[in-house]
Amino acid sequence: MRALLLKRGLQLIAVAWGVGTLTFLLMRALPGDMAYRIAAGRYGMDATDTTSADIVRAELGLDQSAIAAYGQWFIDLLSLNLGRSLVSGSLVIDELWHMLGHSVSLAIAGSILSLFIAVPIGLASAWKGGWLDRLVLSVSTAMRALPVFVIGLLMIILFALEWQLLPVAGYDTAFHLILPALTLGLSMAAVSARVVHVEAKRVFGSTFYEFARTKGLTHVQAFRRHGVRNIAVPVVAFFGIQLITMIEGVVMIESLFSWPGIGHGLVHAIFSRDIPVIQGAALMMGILFVVMNTLVDIACYYLDPRGGQLQ
Amino acid sequence: MLKTLSALGVASLMLLSAPSIAEPTRANTLAVKGQFEFSSLDPTRKGYVYQRMQVLETLVNVDHQGNLIPGLARDWQVDASGKVWIFTLQSGVRFHDGSELDAEAVASSLNIAYKKPSLMQGAPITTIEALDKQRIKVSLSKPYSPLPAILANYSTAILAPSAFDAEDKVVAVIGSGPFSAYEVSIPHKLVVKKFDQYWGQKASIEYASYLAGHRVESRVLQARSGEGHIVLGIDAAAVPGLKRIPHLDIVRSDLPRSMAVKMNLAHPLLADQKSREAMSLAIDRKGIATAILRSKEAASAQLLPSYMADWYVNNASAERNVEQASALLKAQGWQKNDEGWLVKGDKAFELSLITYSDRPELVKVATALQDQWKRVGIKLNVNITNFTEIPSGHQDGSLELALIARNYGTIADPLGILIKDFGNAKGGDWGSMNWSNPQIQTTLNQLVQENDPEKYHQQAQQVAEAIYKDKPLLPIAYYVQHTAVNKKVKGFRFDPYERSLYLNELTWNK
Repeated sequence: MRALLLKRGLQLIAVAWGVGTLTFLLMRALPGDMAYRIAAGRYGMDATDTTSADIVRAELGLDQSAIAAYGQWFIDLLSLNLGRSLVSGSLVIDELWHMLGHSVSLAIAGSILSLFIAVPIGLASAWKGGWLDRLVLSVSTAMRALPVFVIGLLMIILFALEWQLLPVAGYDTAFHLILPALTLGLSMAAVSARVVHVEAKRVFGSTFYEFARTKGLTHVQAFRRHGVRNIAVPVVAFFGIQLITMIEGVVMIESLFSWPGIGHGLVHAIFSRDIPVIQGAALMMGILFVVMNTLVDIACYYLDPRGGQLQ
Repeated sequence: MLKTLSALGVASLMLLSAPSIAEPTRANTLAVKGQFEFSSLDPTRKGYVYQRMQVLETLVNVDHQGNLIPGLARDWQVDASGKVWIFTLQSGVRFHDGSELDAEAVASSLNIAYKKPSLMQGAPITTIEALDKQRIKVSLSKPYSPLPAILANYSTAILAPSAFDAEDKVVAVIGSGPFSAYEVSIPHKLVVKKFDQYWGQKASIEYASYLAGHRVESRVLQARSGEGHIVLGIDAAAVPGLKRIPHLDIVRSDLPRSMAVKMNLAHPLLADQKSREAMSLAIDRKGIATAILRSKEAASAQLLPSYMADWYVNNASAERNVEQASALLKAQGWQKNDEGWLVKGDKAFELSLITYSDRPELVKVATALQDQWKRVGIKLNVNITNFTEIPSGHQDGSLELALIARNYGTIADPLGILIKDFGNAKGGDWGSMNWSNPQIQTTLNQLVQENDPEKYHQQAQQVAEAIYKDKPLLPIAYYVQHTAVNKKVKGFRFDPYERSLYLNELTWNK
């Protein structure tokens, strides 16, 4: 365990440096003059012209060389200082903290919902097969093919307009979380339901499972003792892979539902070239990624300790 | 996070002093949904949300015709030299923290704003000081008539002394409007609470909230579901559908914002007025206004709308005339080749136009122009890019044509913007480019010193006439804003200068 944590700790540092450097390079490589973009983010489109861009350029010292700016960022990072937003002037860490809370609650709610959708549907379709399997397969394919933005709109049209059960967008109450989380859950479940299905089918058709039935265990007993764990390992591992889908989904969903999370913040920061916020947000996502993957690995180890030493 | 907390802290302090008010709930809160986010507590940075939600007030207000009317200043006078302005404050005005709004507080707030980059820095201000409790003196280095109009802009809103920290940074939005800030959650949400000690018309609704959602699809759905009582910035395409919803009224308003084609007059194809005239005649403005903006009356061949009477040319025509356009081009030696494109020797009449997608209608209009100019043989290449390419293309001279949307109402008097856009031969980032008309440009620059309304009108007319005839810019249409208002709300009116939502005039329909 200690070896694993040490290894992942080193990985974390490498990811932090890599992500920060890459975003820095990408932002510098984008066409267009940064000063205008920042001015637009600060003062609004109507007030953006060469005068306001020049004010921004002078205030932020944008004329300094890329290497100097990069060096400064790196030194600040070593002292855990993420700097200040070029647009709002407030500390990046404060802004990120505010956004991260919203994103994490959305991500957790979405993942839990996706499990609640994917596991029963995947198991049922593997168990029953036939028409149910074909139905689930077509629905999953359709869901995966639709951009999450469209799924979100369909959810709003059904739940908020037709049935008037839930609010359209915003974040005033707990009810506001339901539709964005459901949208995220559905888009993730589209694939994970199939993974559950395939794994369940493999287990149900295996010789060890057949033997368990032959020796006299009931369906429920056989499933509890020999099914759950065997199915869970690949499903949990796949959940780790799905983190990418999740982060991608969060960005789109947050902007559709006016959800003030990190994905939404990142999109706006990119529009207005707010480099410290972009680097901070990307860094945070990178760290989150490593941490979540570590948790998935640990979970997999405890589910299936046969792999030997945890590393 | 910290900001939210500190704003909440201030709000809860206020709650303690007024224990009778309940929490904001869906029943007592008017929900406004808008397209613009705000990035800071400081009104000099996108502070329009605080002004529109009536937390902050300015010395001068603007009526719907663009006339300057009293705000926190009861009246104002300029001396004979045109360089000293005295503003007299309303009496009995209190800030939301209970302190008195006196000349000292106002002068200090304006001095802080003046140090920050904003519109005020365009005015030749030397000092701002309190004369006594009620009067403020603003001294200028030279006469500047748009000063009161600038003091109506959100960036000059008056904040209480307790709103600033020791380094003049804004730490809380404490103003004097009919609503106080209850919850400020940057960049999305602002909740305001009615202020019982307001000096003017007190509000009847208890709370109002502003939620920014930059996707128009979400906002349209919020109007339909009844979640938003006032939904701003509805796109034209959604209007017919929303009109059929029984609980909604759709309010249509003209904005002092125009769509126009910016042209580089140093380009050989655009240097001659006759070519520009032909390009203008080939545009089907009414078709564009009807099909894309869904408002036929919005079509216009001049920049400013009729309610800006000083700058409005009465006999301007927005009609299309393809024959006349073709004749003008032919007279200049352009011939159509086999493929229908204009050529003169081995030269083709080919131009490139840039525009941006932040305003989705611009992209559609750009393709309409491409098609309409094709009919007279002009080849247009459209390039959709970021809007900041326009000011930078202007500066480095690489721009040929650009389709832009320009707001002439950020300052109530469009003069300041017109000087920036047309006031010199080089032009402005969002105005003319290489248009030299020394006589008109001198007149325009001298207007800031003109305090006689009659003479001002005459000279403004000359300028407007020259812009219309010489065509350094090709105006296409005015902007129309659609707002969805729930029938639960009574008394809504739309401010074309987008300064106020007049929430204090609204009541609930029982």
